[in-house]
Amino acid sequence: MSLVEITFLILSVIAIGSALMTVLSKNPIHSAIYLLICFSSIAGHYLLLNAQFLFIVHIIVYSGAIMVLFLTTLMLLNLNEETEQHKPAMARLGALVAAIILGLVLVAAVSKTATLMPMNNNTVDIGSIKALGKVLMDEYFYPFEFISILLLSAMVGVVLLTKKEKTTVA
Amino acid sequence: METALIIKLVLILVIFGITMFIALYSTFAERIIAAYFQDRVGPNRAGPLGLLQPLADGVKMFTKEDFIPNTPNKWLFIVGPGIAMSTALMTSAVIPWGKSLDLFGLHIDLQVADVNIAMLYVFGVVSIGVYGIMIGGWASNNKYSLLGAVRASSQMISYEVAMGLSIIAVLMLVGSLSLRDIAEKQSNFIDWTGKFPYFSWIVFKQPLAFLVFLICSFAETNRTPFDLPECEAELIGGYHTEYSSMKLGFFLFAEYVNMFISSTIIATLFFGGYNYPFYDTVATAAGLNAAAILGVVVLFAKIFFFIFFFMWVRWTLPRFRYDQLMNLGWKILIPLSILNIIITGVVILLTN
Repeated sequence: MSLVEITFLILSVIAIGSALMTVLSKNPIHSAIYLLICFSSIAGHYLLLNAQFLFIVHIIVYSGAIMVLFLTTLMLLNLNEETEQHKPAMARLGALVAAIILGLVLVAAVSKTATLMPMNNNTVDIGSIKALGKVLMDEYFYPFEFISILLLSAMVGVVLLTKKEKTTVA
Repeated sequence: METALIIKLVLILVIFGITMFIALYSTFAERIIAAYFQDRVGPNRAGPLGLLQPLADGVKMFTKEDFIPNTPNKWLFIVGPGIAMSTALMTSAVIPWGKSLDLFGLHIDLQVADVNIAMLYVFGVVSIGVYGIMIGGWASNNKYSLLGAVRASSQMISYEVAMGLSIIAVLMLVGSLSLRDIAEKQSNFIDWTGKFPYFSWIVFKQPLAFLVFLICSFAETNRTPFDLPECEAELIGGYHTEYSSMKLGFFLFAEYVNMFISSTIIATLFFGGYNYPFYDTVATAAGLNAAAILGVVVLFAKIFFFIFFFMWVRWTLPRFRYDQLMNLGWKILIPLSILNIIITGVVILLTN
């Protein structure tokens, strides 16, 4: 086994294990920390695929920003195991059905997928920031700009929603 | 391949040793400078001129009782200082400490990893660094620690945004994220290649970006006037209230390591890194090796100046109030850095 394969196996075990622990652990903050470990190991997978930019952006955005906000909110709410209310039986049944259907879809998708072609050695640089920037700013320029406008409008919308409406006395 | 690996390992160990040594003596320098500012004598008992004071502090830290409070998260309580310390040390991997050396037939690059995402790597590590404080503060099972941790995380997220935006203008100017490329772009002191000669150091081209970055690095290292996570008047000790012995030592030490690394990054990004006036002249007169070694010395001189600047500010300015901190971050620094990006873009378009 090559060094890359061993690294891949270790990262996969960490990713799946921490993802399971995210769902299974009772304490919400422990869940968030397991999710953080899961994100980091997935970032490691990106690095194995030679996608450096995706790796570092994944770390900055998911581990560095989103999970910090999650953790801050959870810490301020101070949820305890006692305050967690039990879900009604119907909701549990619904969740079970949804999980089975999702599993079915996943099995079907995986079994129907054609075997991937091995990556061409000439395109090793495909994940670097230069290659990505050239593709984004040239071929996919308009979708890229539209997405940024969409994100901006979402941000403005959030600010608008969180501001309390002033009750004007006529 | 083998020798390259050994060279890198030796380089990592040397950088680790230097970082630790400078952080150790920064604690001593801080106390001496504080004493000077307050017209006192400062530590002068341990060894000649008090120079063994950091060692005495270290021995004291190690031999104190290692107390773990009554918390259901003992493991996280131990992990917190570990994360803080290791993220503080990780950043030094991408910093170019000098040009390459040719010694005994070996080619030695004075940089551990020249990756083309170096600047983003620095931001990634900085954003992970906040977990040490957050997890440690939460696992302490103490409301003051928790408040300190929450303050630290919101402060660091807010100032990371302005920091990232201020760097974009520099990146537009250089056209690369690699710190080696950024340092190379500032070679010598005056750039003769353009239409008219101008200073090559980025601070002369991007003074606004430098100012924003400097303020943000104070906030990121939790130094005064941004030391709200540990402000003793309101929060006892903030996130490290419950820590003792070397775990507390790690938290305090990580702050000094962070200070050293931020000084290095400020020096590399804005003040030419290992470059100095007449680098090429020195290189032709005394050889490339001598010029490179002088470059390392100059880089460290710049770093020491910024470490001194950090301490100077600490003993000069009072602490911000929390709303002032948030207003400064979101309403002043972020608009300023966006304005700077626009100005830089316009200037680049006009001059090309």
